[in-house]
Amino acid sequence: MTTLEKKVTRLEVVEPKQLNFGKKWDYAPAPEATDFVKIKPRYELFIGGKFVKPKSGNYFKSINPATEEVLTEVAEANEADVDAAVRAARNAYEKYWSKLAPAERAKYIFRIARQLQEKGREFAILETMDGGKPIKEARDGDIPLSVAHFFYYAGWADKLEYAFPGRKCRPLGVAGQVIPWNFPLLMAAWKLAPALACGNTVVLKPAETTPLTALHLAQIIQEADLPPGVVNIVTGFGKTGAALVKHPDINKIAFTGSTEVGKGIMKSIAGTGKKMTLELGGKAANIIFEDAPMDQAIEGIINGIYFNQGHVCCAGSRLFVQESVKDIVIRKLYDRIQTLRVGNPLDKNTDVGAINSREQLGKIKELVESGVQEGCKLHQSACELPKKGFWFPPTFFTGVAQSNRIAQEEIFGPVLSVLTFRTPEEAVEKANNTAYGLSAGVWTDKGSKIFKISSKLKAGVIWANTYNKFDPTSPFGGYKESGFGREGGLHGLLPYVKLVR
Amino acid sequence: MQKRSEILKTYKLFIGGQFPRSESGHYFQVFSPKTKKPVANVARGSRKDLRDAVTAARKALPSWSAKTAYNRGQILYRMAEVLENRKEELIVEMVKMTGCLHKKAEKEVTTCIDRLVWYAGWADKYQQIFGTVNPVAAPYFNFTLPEPVGVVGIIVSDEWPLVPLVSKLAPALVAGNTLVLIASEKYPLSAITFAEIIATSDVPAGVVNILTGIKKEMIGHLAKHMDVNSINYTGSDVSVLKMLQEEGSANVKRVIAHDYPKGEEWLNNAKAQSPYWIHSFVEMKTTWHPIGI
Repeated sequence: MTTLEKKVTRLEVVEPKQLNFGKKWDYAPAPEATDFVKIKPRYELFIGGKFVKPKSGNYFKSINPATEEVLTEVAEANEADVDAAVRAARNAYEKYWSKLAPAERAKYIFRIARQLQEKGREFAILETMDGGKPIKEARDGDIPLSVAHFFYYAGWADKLEYAFPGRKCRPLGVAGQVIPWNFPLLMAAWKLAPALACGNTVVLKPAETTPLTALHLAQIIQEADLPPGVVNIVTGFGKTGAALVKHPDINKIAFTGSTEVGKGIMKSIAGTGKKMTLELGGKAANIIFEDAPMDQAIEGIINGIYFNQGHVCCAGSRLFVQESVKDIVIRKLYDRIQTLRVGNPLDKNTDVGAINSREQLGKIKELVESGVQEGCKLHQSACELPKKGFWFPPTFFTGVAQSNRIAQEEIFGPVLSVLTFRTPEEAVEKANNTAYGLSAGVWTDKGSKIFKISSKLKAGVIWANTYNKFDPTSPFGGYKESGFGREGGLHGLLPYVKLVR
Repeated sequence: MQKRSEILKTYKLFIGGQFPRSESGHYFQVFSPKTKKPVANVARGSRKDLRDAVTAARKALPSWSAKTAYNRGQILYRMAEVLENRKEELIVEMVKMTGCLHKKAEKEVTTCIDRLVWYAGWADKYQQIFGTVNPVAAPYFNFTLPEPVGVVGIIVSDEWPLVPLVSKLAPALVAGNTLVLIASEKYPLSAITFAEIIATSDVPAGVVNILTGIKKEMIGHLAKHMDVNSINYTGSDVSVLKMLQEEGSANVKRVIAHDYPKGEEWLNNAKAQSPYWIHSFVEMKTTWHPIGI
């Protein structure tokens, strides 16, 4: 290397710009008050419009992952409970919901939307306490998006005849829906709103670590006077979900969760003729070209992987950096993760909250360890982690090979794998080198390049110069092993209807 | 004068634009229902042939899916033209193979020609019907467009010699997919003769691959194949559907199964052709693009 070249290496240029404010820019604590949120000591199942004790007689504890405190105990539904819920849903479907004028159906869903909107803050606090996500994300993301989703699909209920040219929509019957713990209320909204709008009735199974907001939503549904049995909520573990999926009187299965479980569901209902949509895992590529708006891209990458502690199926967990800007990107990333505020999820300034469960923390640690073992270089935030609860610092790896486990497997935590490329073709090739295909990001200031690259990426959602954006009008769902079917938008109606002439 | 003895044709597979014999070396015979005598020898496709077909289809996918919609429409229309030109050949062959009346065979072939033309016309329109621009509540231009699902395996119904094959091939092809078709076991000849039409209709090599043989010997491997994105099955055999979904779960295949059309419905345009069949061969991609200065 000549002296001249040495002088202009990027590292030397950025060195003086390192962010280091010490304690000068520290925030005072700003905890959200929780006193007006009433968490009941015990929650029952919601079946046939009533809260009922489980036939199983069992209850399980729901804890706050940030403090490990027990919040409440929740009924565990067994096969008999699931069967009761499905019967209630079938009965409601036959007797009321499928016969109701679509405009009336719409009004019920509007009611839910409005009620949820009114109680937004309460739900945000609950979501944060039960799941560990930062209050600012629950408050500004999960809850308003859930509300918007109900509003959006409420409006569709009496306009379905315009949705699919040349065809009429008919409901399917009873939908069994199983949702994950990363966006508990939002996933409930994504599932319930289109199902109800299309005239189906529902049995919903929330995740075992985050059942609270769904159960509070059940209260809203009760208050909204929805005919009993139109929505039923059965809480429990994987076994409860399996009982729901296998129930012979279910017409439609909608599942969001891991690819492994999704494949199992597909297998278990093979040949039954049940309609199915699966929204599974991801290992999204976030591609940053040398001509990208750099600071904006860094923010996007940070948002892409550390949003919701990385518990996001569409998280941008593989970063592909063009080699010419590798040094500056890594430097800026490293600086930025130091400034992320990790800690009390209820603090309004918190950027990264608690890992959802001990089990999930174990998975993250195991995969990070594999990255170290496979020779990748670990970079972590030096932040102090709370003593109690489940925590993992914002982390990224450099020197990652495509074959490393951390570049192939979904970590579902705040861990980014950084890889490099030279040409656009190489970026596309590497980005598509995964069994998943849920989402991808492209960062460049050249519009034509965005469309060229995005058209070649095998993924259901492409974010150009942005990341992790959601909207009820925007269809979401995967290619390949990230599942099939779309949620959101006009396309989100299709999984819940039969098309007839 | 002595009676001239006929030359019996050996019908070979259609893989990667070539007409190879089965790697297995096996064949089976098709008999005339009238004379009970063999009409032709047909290649009996094996697991290896199926894998070769999938490889050819995967290789052909990037260029086929990147063709303009207009171009794909032109190529489908070309297939219709060539089929029209060679329809007598297909009709005679069908009569020989099935023992049906000339009129019935003619009706089937002309339906196929018209169906190809119909789908050719869809090539640059279904995107406008099924795509959307989504009014998101933030400064982004957001749109959803159909893209090909990828390599598609089609298990062709046995009911008719040609119309089930054309009715599934056309919507899958026009959507930009590359195909591995498992032809009718009962009436395999028309499928291979149609392959000769495909081979001379500007369809690039590998875009369509057709295997003849014993279905049971191939569909399991098709369902298991990790590089097949979707399987399309027409029929009502629950054990087949169960197998396809069970094995297909290994790579989350899109298993599209229809128990219709049946019988005469195959010739009925209201029952056997639809833009929603194109829809069943696509993935929806949503793109977010910021609006700003």
